[in-house]
Amino acid sequence: MTAVEDRPGDVIQDSPSGGAAGRELGRARRRKEDGRLITGRTKWTDNIVLPGMLHLAMVRSPYAHARITSIDTSAAQGAPNVVAVLTGRDLDDEQGGLPNAWPVTPDQKAPRHPALAVDEVTFAGEAVAVVAARTAAAARDAAELVDVEYEELPVVLDLEEAVTDGAPLAHPSLGTNVSAHWVFDSAEAGTGDDVEQAIARAREDGIVIERRFRQQRLIPAFMEPRSTVVDPTGEQLTMWSATQIPHILRVMLAMVTGIPESKIRVIAPDVGGGFGGKLQVTPEEVTTLLVARRLRKPCKLTETRTESMMVAHHGRDQVQRLTLAATKDGRVTGLKVDLLADMGAYLGLVTSGVPILGAFMFNAIYKFPAYRFECTNVFTNKAWTDAYRGAGRPEATFAIERMMDELAAELGEDPLAVRERNWIRHEEFPFTTVAGLEYDSGNYEAATSRAVELFDYEGLRREQAERRERHDPVQLGIGVSTFTEMCGLAPSRVLGSLSYGAGGWEAASIRMLPTGKVEVVTGSSAHGQGHETAWSQIVAERLGVPFEDVEVLHGDTQVAHKGMDTYGSRSLAVGGIAVVQAADKVVEKARTVAAHLLEADPADIEFTDGRLSVAGTDKGMTLQEIALAVFAAHNMPDGVEPSIDADAVYDPDNFSFPHGTHLCATEVDTETGAVRIRRYVCVDDVGEVVNPLIVEGQVHGGLAQGIAQALYEEAIHDDQGTLTTATFVDYLLPSAVDLPHFVTDRTTTPSSTNPLGVKGVGEAGTIASTPAVVNAVLDAVRHLGVEDIQMPMTPQRVWRAIQEAVPVAQEESR
Amino acid sequence: MSQISVEVDGVTYSDMVEPRTLLVQYLRENLGKVGTVIGCDTSNCGSCTVLLDGRSVKSCSVLAVQADGHKVTTIEGLATDGQLHPVQKAFHNQHALQCGFCTPGMIMATCGLLGENPSPTEEEVREGLEGNLCRCTGYQNIVKAVLEAAPEVAQMSAGESPVEPATQPAGQRAHTTTGEAAAASVGGAS
Ligand code: FES
Ligand code: FES
Repeated sequence: MTAVEDRPGDVIQDSPSGGAAGRELGRARRRKEDGRLITGRTKWTDNIVLPGMLHLAMVRSPYAHARITSIDTSAAQGAPNVVAVLTGRDLDDEQGGLPNAWPVTPDQKAPRHPALAVDEVTFAGEAVAVVAARTAAAARDAAELVDVEYEELPVVLDLEEAVTDGAPLAHPSLGTNVSAHWVFDSAEAGTGDDVEQAIARAREDGIVIERRFRQQRLIPAFMEPRSTVVDPTGEQLTMWSATQIPHILRVMLAMVTGIPESKIRVIAPDVGGGFGGKLQVTPEEVTTLLVARRLRKPCKLTETRTESMMVAHHGRDQVQRLTLAATKDGRVTGLKVDLLADMGAYLGLVTSGVPILGAFMFNAIYKFPAYRFECTNVFTNKAWTDAYRGAGRPEATFAIERMMDELAAELGEDPLAVRERNWIRHEEFPFTTVAGLEYDSGNYEAATSRAVELFDYEGLRREQAERRERHDPVQLGIGVSTFTEMCGLAPSRVLGSLSYGAGGWEAASIRMLPTGKVEVVTGSSAHGQGHETAWSQIVAERLGVPFEDVEVLHGDTQVAHKGMDTYGSRSLAVGGIAVVQAADKVVEKARTVAAHLLEADPADIEFTDGRLSVAGTDKGMTLQEIALAVFAAHNMPDGVEPSIDADAVYDPDNFSFPHGTHLCATEVDTETGAVRIRRYVCVDDVGEVVNPLIVEGQVHGGLAQGIAQALYEEAIHDDQGTLTTATFVDYLLPSAVDLPHFVTDRTTTPSSTNPLGVKGVGEAGTIASTPAVVNAVLDAVRHLGVEDIQMPMTPQRVWRAIQEAVPVAQEESR
Repeated sequence: MSQISVEVDGVTYSDMVEPRTLLVQYLRENLGKVGTVIGCDTSNCGSCTVLLDGRSVKSCSVLAVQADGHKVTTIEGLATDGQLHPVQKAFHNQHALQCGFCTPGMIMATCGLLGENPSPTEEEVREGLEGNLCRCTGYQNIVKAVLEAAPEVAQMSAGESPVEPATQPAGQRAHTTTGEAAAASVGGAS
């Protein structure tokens, strides 16, 4: 790893900030996991074939809401190679209900959520029966032969309609479409002032801006369709699943099915992306487990892409109403947020908590004194929503960053200047926000000035003015998004105070093998994030062993017995710290042994570059030599067990708060509505960086998804509740031609909440980019009188908004 | 059932297959070539891309029987004598993959692309890979990898023809299909 450490050909060199001899942290190490992935030696769940394995296929409801009146399985049972056909009723004694781990209020309403529907289906695609056959093709063919009769029921699909009187009920048995109502009020919480007063004052002598934003429904669309294999042979049930959460899944499977947890082993082999979409306990997993157990045969269920789009949980889908109060000179004095959040038909694992995560982020990087957040969680007859990259935080960031641009427009000022007037200055950290969180560190000034410089902000503003002046059909717009997010989910006590059902710690173990190799066992469960590489760097640095000698094991509950898995940009900021702590314990244990073997006082043993030596002498041993000596155990100090292996569990004291400034320039063709991203610059501050290459990759991927929300993607249902965007033909996942070349850079403000100073980067790009793009498009056409355009900003929508707008100048002259 | 004989990654296989068996199913289920993966059911994602007589095709849009008498190269047959192919090396070096699910298809599509256009521009790379979706990387590092690999691939194939004599493959060519999604959308600055 020499010449390849930099980024040749890049506008911005990602110069490794570490990289000095022997330093691992900060090096742009090429990833360890690539070897198998680029040669096709990857272990995807769907690759698994076991002796006698049966293939499953689901029978799914074509209706969004219907009563099941009868199911005739006889034709399917008699089809070639079919072994069994089981309905929801057949499995009902065993299937329990799928879990919701986040009862956000004590009186939250949640329907029972069977893996296979029994009496009633409440969204199109819900599974009602399963076929087990000797081949996947036979199972799918037979699924077509299952004859289900339905009696259609009225559907409710629109979020705002769902809360009106007399709206059809998604679950008639609940008597309401409202699942929960959750409020945070800074005056009540004692974290700030009363927002109504702030608004009243602003109405009298200031500025009040009211807006309604629609967060469209999105589909996570990880590239690997979900797949589950269950092997019931042997003493334990083994499940392989394309999941982000093998540990949580194991606990939940035990709770749902009553099978002792100790009899379940869950393995997440190589997993092809998740983005929150595989943070779930699914009907497919539970069904596969129950069928395998009943038939005493290994079973596999791999979904098709169309199934995946229909039933794997969706994301976003909110209506946001905001009222922002400010003084006449553009100081924000209060923000009121009224949210409707679409749960879909059920509460999945964290469905109900996603909008609540956003509650803490609407105030973003600003220090206004009054804040109220109110959220109504609503059922509709659509696939349930749940975590999707950012989970609640992109929605919040979008809203506040749009509002800051609206405020700037109202004031006729530069949006950066208005932000700067309101943001927390770097010398004010740590800063307790109006939402009650303590931001650890940040430097919005530094990130912003670097972004402005890279972007050529002034130059583009000049060009914008020129294009306006000459009424160019192609108008230029500049969009700003200065974001922060809470990463490192999460301090367990905070999760407890929010009624979440579990903690937020992470576990790690380090085993020193007799041959000097090092095994690192992590409770994080990577699915593209590069933990094998990053954790190896941490351990190589901490233990002074070669990077190549570190093996990272994860994603198997029998290997990593404890874990909280991977989501919410938590892996490095929580799991990485557990690795650090385990490494430090290894050194401490080794110190005791070294002192004994070197006949010195433990206090005199120094540890540098993998060697324990007696201070002031040339006597010493390497960690590997000590590992071998401990393995032999011939000469251990009295009362010391022959092991220098160590376990650690880290529960963070606080979240970490990365931030960044994203600037986007778009060209909008006012004659066609076409939008082209002309330049995208982002400067992120994610604290210290273990591997800049991985960080950059996370930013790129996040940007792609956030830009896609702004311009391309939307899950659309027809008026019967059928998803009409269930393939990649209709759901516009961006391809390489749809995305610009990104310019990325970083500033580094170390986190003060953990010993590595790291913050988390998984969701940053997604959170920041959507408002940057939308603000840019609006900035290009605002002078034409356009105030808002619904996402995704398709050419048609942009064109129509321009047609319908009353040009500002015209309006003023009237 | 039909009898077919196909050369896959340098080995000739003779098998009986059902007429409806897709090439990708034949590779995965009959031959255990699970390096080639399936990401969709509408021939849009490109995850299943292989070379058929040197040209990239989506193996989910080709029937196994159509490969009869032809030569298939999958991701598993790309490295020779334990040496990574330049495209594989470049993907590693440029961090052009995260979860890696799209990667086999992306690498094979790149091989096809460079076979036809040995020194593409950034824009041509983006257009050439339009039929291959990646949800993780935002494509920037993929584009860089392709550009990095191009000269070495060109050199490598200087002695040999990268594209075999044109026996027009039966399926659609990977990077010319599936433009619908992208064509309907806007943007695409580079
Ligand atoms: S599997 Fe998606 S194109 Fe072949
Ligand atoms: S690397 Fe995950 S889809 Fe491309």
